[in-house]
Amino acid sequence: MNRQAEPAGTALLPGIVMALGEEPVFRPGDLVRILARSPIGHYRVPAYLRGKTGTVEAVIEPAAIDNEQEAYGRNAGAKRHYYRVAVAMTEVWPDYAGPEKDGLRIEIYETWLERT
Amino acid sequence: MTDPEHGHQHGHAHPHAPIGQESPPGYYEIMETAFRELLVERGMIGPDEIRRQIEVLDSRTPALGAKVVARAWVDAEFRRRLLADGRAACEELGISFYDDTRLIVLENTATVHNLIVCTLCSCYPRPVLGLPPDWYKLKAYRARAVVEPRVVLAEFGTVIPDDVEIRVSDSTAMVRYLVLPRRPDGTEGMDEESLASLVTRDAMIGVVPVAAPAGRMVQ
Repeated sequence: MNRQAEPAGTALLPGIVMALGEEPVFRPGDLVRILARSPIGHYRVPAYLRGKTGTVEAVIEPAAIDNEQEAYGRNAGAKRHYYRVAVAMTEVWPDYAGPEKDGLRIEIYETWLERT
Repeated sequence: MTDPEHGHQHGHAHPHAPIGQESPPGYYEIMETAFRELLVERGMIGPDEIRRQIEVLDSRTPALGAKVVARAWVDAEFRRRLLADGRAACEELGISFYDDTRLIVLENTATVHNLIVCTLCSCYPRPVLGLPPDWYKLKAYRARAVVEPRVVLAEFGTVIPDDVEIRVSDSTAMVRYLVLPRRPDGTEGMDEESLASLVTRDAMIGVVPVAAPAGRMVQ
């Protein structure tokens, strides 16, 4: 089963081949881990969320310029998919004092997510 | 009027020290000035562009966001479009977006309360709300809003019952958020413009609810 064969809500004509990166890798409902990388430079993934797991809530459209590259003038114009990701407060803070259902939402670029 | 306290005329009577630079510029202030002067000197930007951008920001105030909220309260079809694509719905009302940011509008309900923050810096829905309040940029708010949102909200006088879910949206790169507060009880007969006058900046950040109009009985 190839879950990337069709972008959500769009039916492709038979025979159409999409470019690498053209469609989002993740779908709403997918379980993901925010990567725990620590590269040097301008990375807009807050450290407190690195390594945490969450659920993809939505693909944010349209794909947006990869600001991590743009910050260095490299590859400006390249667009990447990004997602609204839901993370439970109790996942971020094991001693979170509020109700378990409280949560955090954040936008994360595809390059910072992996399937759990 | 003349102020006898310090003998100058500027339209108000309270005494104060002359407004001016009181301490030497700090590291970042010097860096900003140097960077700006270099950009102007190299012809990358001109003084007019800087002034124009200040005018753009000055033209954005919470009154715009309040207009959006009031429209959503009275027009279910608009509300649906606003929640589906915040930016497009604001543009529909004549509010332009001068940058590449997207806008996600977060609806408060009887079961969900939304709060917005930018833990990394000061990302804020400037096209619809203007400049953020100073407290929004303080490290204490930015850190605590994601660690203990209920305590922070209580400090704003907003106590959220435990059966209501809190969702904190951390704005970090491309997306800006606007909270669509709940329409207060007792406002059924009010028109759109009067409704807009009830909606405050803080309610659209999610730190307070919209209060019922003064002098009206809330049922």
